[in-house]
Amino acid sequence: MGNGVKFLRLNAPSLTLIGGAKLGCACLFDLLELAVQRAGWTCLLGSSGVGKTTILRLIAGLETAVTFDGKVYTSDGIPLRGRLSYMAQTDLLLPWASVIENITLGARLRDEDVDEGQALAVIESVGLLEHCHKKPGTLSGGQRQRVALARTLLEDKPVVLLDEPFSALDARTRSEMQELAAELLVGRTILLVTHDPAEAARLGQAIYILSSSGLEKVNNLSAPLPRSVDDKELLILQANLLNLLRRET
Amino acid sequence: MIGAVYGILALLGLWQMIVSLLDLPFFILPSPIRVAETFWLSFELIAEHTLVTLTEVVIGLGIGTGLGVLTAILLATSSAAQVFLRPMLIFSQALPVFALAPILTLWLGYGLWSKVAMAVLIIYFPITSSFFDGLMRTPKGLLDLAYTMGASSLNTMLKIRIPAALPSFVSGLKLATVYAPIGATIGEWVGSSGGLGYLMLLANGRVKIDLMFAAMLTLGVISVILYIVVDFLSKKMINYE
Repeated sequence: MGNGVKFLRLNAPSLTLIGGAKLGCACLFDLLELAVQRAGWTCLLGSSGVGKTTILRLIAGLETAVTFDGKVYTSDGIPLRGRLSYMAQTDLLLPWASVIENITLGARLRDEDVDEGQALAVIESVGLLEHCHKKPGTLSGGQRQRVALARTLLEDKPVVLLDEPFSALDARTRSEMQELAAELLVGRTILLVTHDPAEAARLGQAIYILSSSGLEKVNNLSAPLPRSVDDKELLILQANLLNLLRRET
Repeated sequence: MIGAVYGILALLGLWQMIVSLLDLPFFILPSPIRVAETFWLSFELIAEHTLVTLTEVVIGLGIGTGLGVLTAILLATSSAAQVFLRPMLIFSQALPVFALAPILTLWLGYGLWSKVAMAVLIIYFPITSSFFDGLMRTPKGLLDLAYTMGASSLNTMLKIRIPAALPSFVSGLKLATVYAPIGATIGEWVGSSGGLGYLMLLANGRVKIDLMFAAMLTLGVISVILYIVVDFLSKKMINYE
C-alpha cells in the first residue's frame, strides 16, 4: 500500500460471537460460535435469509429485527464500539457530497480535524484522484464502491465488517475490487458476509457456511491473498463450497 | 418553456373568442385586451398594491418556513413531541382558514401582520409535514453508517438527516410558495387597506371587473414568479451532479 497512505497500526483483535437468535417465535439460528480470526479475512457464506447479515449487524451493534441471546467477545476485552468500520452492499455514499467529503465523513461526524493530505492519498490508492471533487451521481457503480472502500480505509479501524460489498458489481469490477480490498485492508480483522462461493474462496482465510442446520467451518486454502481467479485449487474449493451450499438447501 | 407560452397564448385566445362570440358585457367577463389596457392604465395603482401583498407573502413564507422546519425537527427528534404536537398540527389544518381570518384581523389589526399570520397558517402544514416525512425517511443504511462511525445524534441530524430530507422539504416549500399568496389575499379580503386582495374587492364593489381581473392575474403572475425563483434556488441547493 504505497501512495503515501500512513495509518496508525492499531492492534486488530479477534472476535467471537456466541449465541442464538429468534425472529418472533421462530428460530433464525440456534446456538452457534463464530470465531473471526485476528488480522485476517473470515468469510461467512450462506444463502439468502439464513441470518448472515443479522450476525454482522449484531457484531456491529446495529439494530436488528431479532432477539439475540448471546454475546460478542473481543480477544483484548475492549468493546468494539468506535473500533470498527462497516461497508454494505450499497455504497452508502451521500449524493450531495463530493468524493473527498464522502470519504472524510467519519471525521466530520465525530467533529475531528480532517487530514486532507491523508484523504487524498487514500483516494489515490483506489485510483480516483481525478474524481475527488465529483459527486457520486457522476461515477460508475465500480467507482462508487471504490469510494466506499476508501472511506472504510480512511476510518483506519482495526475491525472491518463487509456485508456483500461487491455483490452488485459486474464480474470484472468485482474481481478488481476483491484484489484492491485484499491489498488495502491488510492487517485488519475482517468479517466478509457473502453468498458467493467464488468470493469466499478468493478472500477467505477462514470460511464458515451458515445454513438452517447451523454453522460449519470449512477447510480453506493457505495461499496468500488475493488469490488468482484461475488457480486450480481455488476453483476446486469454490466448487466444494457450492456443493456444500446446495446440500444445505 | 415554449410550450407554456403557447399554452398561455391559446388560453388567452380562447378567452377572447368566448367574449367576442357570446358578446359578453365587460362587467360579466372583460376581454383579455381590455384587461391588458386596464393593467397598463392602472399600472401604478396595481404596483403599489402588489408591493403590499408581496411583502406579506415574503414575510409569511419566511416565518412559516422557519416555524415549519423547527417543528419538523422537533417532531423527528422527540417522541413526546410527536404525541403532543402531531394531533395539534393536523387539527390546525382542519380549521378553515376563512373562519380564522376575522379573528386574526381582530387580534392583529388591519395592517401587515394579520395577513402574514394568514400566510403562515396556510403554509405551516405543508412545510412541516413534507420536511418531517423527509427526516423520517432517511435511508437506514446511512444511519447505520453514522452509528458505526460514532456520530452524535446532533451531527447525524445536521450532516445526514437534514441534507437527506432536503428534496422532501423543497416539495413542501414549492407548495407553500403557491399557497402563501392565497393566505395573504384571504386576509386582505377580510379586512385591510391595501394589497391585491383589497384591490380586487374594491374593484368588484365598483363593478370595475377589468381592474379586478388585472389584479387577480397579477396575483397569479406573482405566485408563478415566486415558484420559479424557489424552483431555481432548490435546484441550486439540491445539486447531485
